[in-house]
Amino acid sequence: MNINVTMFAQAVVFAAFIWFTIRFIWPPLLAAIEARQKSIADGLAAADQGRQALEASTRQADVEMTHARERAAGLVTQAEQRMSQMIDEAKNAAREESNREKAAAKAEIEQEVLRAKEALREQVAALAIAGAEKILRREINAQAHADLLNQLKQELK
Amino acid sequence: MAAGTELTSTEYIAHHLAFFGKQVGDGGFWTLHLDSISVAVLLGVVGLGFLAWVASGATSGVPTRRQALVELLFDFVDNQTKGIFKHERHSVVAPTALTVFVLVLLMNAMDFLPVDLMALATHNISEHGFRIVPTSDVNTTFALAITVWVLMIFFSVKAKGFGGWTHELFCAPFGSHFLLWPANFLFNMIEYLSKPLSHSLRLFGNMYAGEIIFLLLWMWAANSSWTTDFYFGWIVSSLLALGWAIFHILIVALQAYVFMMLTIVYLAMAHEHH
Repeated sequence: MNINVTMFAQAVVFAAFIWFTIRFIWPPLLAAIEARQKSIADGLAAADQGRQALEASTRQADVEMTHARERAAGLVTQAEQRMSQMIDEAKNAAREESNREKAAAKAEIEQEVLRAKEALREQVAALAIAGAEKILRREINAQAHADLLNQLKQELK
Repeated sequence: MAAGTELTSTEYIAHHLAFFGKQVGDGGFWTLHLDSISVAVLLGVVGLGFLAWVASGATSGVPTRRQALVELLFDFVDNQTKGIFKHERHSVVAPTALTVFVLVLLMNAMDFLPVDLMALATHNISEHGFRIVPTSDVNTTFALAITVWVLMIFFSVKAKGFGGWTHELFCAPFGSHFLLWPANFLFNMIEYLSKPLSHSLRLFGNMYAGEIIFLLLWMWAANSSWTTDFYFGWIVSSLLALGWAIFHILIVALQAYVFMMLTIVYLAMAHEHH
């Protein structure tokens, strides 16, 4: 155990090594570790933020879905109402149309009947006149005329 | 040792405890222990060079396994420093603690290398002894302690100002009455002396004792080589040396840890106001 100049040489060496560590080893390691810590913290914060955003948007989506469902239900009800209304309207229109057709047909039939009656009457009259002519060509027999005319009368009724 | 020449126990141990010294001036003081210095420089360059290499390629993204290992060491030192030193630690104190820990650990770890094999390997460099454990040289441990001591005084003055530091030298811990000044000054001087002494001698004592025990065990093995029942000495001393080496892993790491913690504690105390 003898102290000598080695001690001072070693002290200079150690001082140089300490300076080396202060200058070249500690700062880059510290920077790398702190940057990583920061990025991890940022990542965790971002994840938390994302989770919150997801929750908020899920809530909003639920609200939107409820609205949409309500609106759809309203639209369906409206459509159903409109449909039954349209069916009713169509029924009514059809009924009216058929009534109108029926009335027109009846009127035509009546007219036809009247016209047929008129024609018949004219023919009967012509027949009567022809009969009368025939009778007039023969001798007039009042009795016989009267019987004939009565007979005609009966026929015309 | 060489070619069947038997060494006495004293010669064997003296041989292994001889430094590779070089006279750089007149007198015993002007001797440089080239072995301690060269091993310390080599280990510092290798160890700190590795750290600097990893640090220069350090990424803040996903680290490689190599970087993770270095960061483990970094975190260990940083946490120890954070626990003791409550001021700004990243500029000087924590890097100093890292340097001290790495250097002392590596220098202590040289104790694991078998002394006789290393003597054989270094025989061409120095025929009469080459100590490969720098921390079992008291000059190395004193050098470490003095470096820390200078930093301690520097921070003490920086934290309190030169006036505050001088004031504390005379007025703490007993009080500022002028009759107490000599007692305070004496007390502080003892403290300033005892800190580097206990700091360095604790490490030196542990490593030196560890080396001596290894030497005693290997001496047993060496001396039994010239007896008829030589294998008994070989086996028993080898087993004992294995046990001591395993126990020594603890000592090596523990002493490095203790040295680092004391460094932090001293530098933290330098920042405290009384």
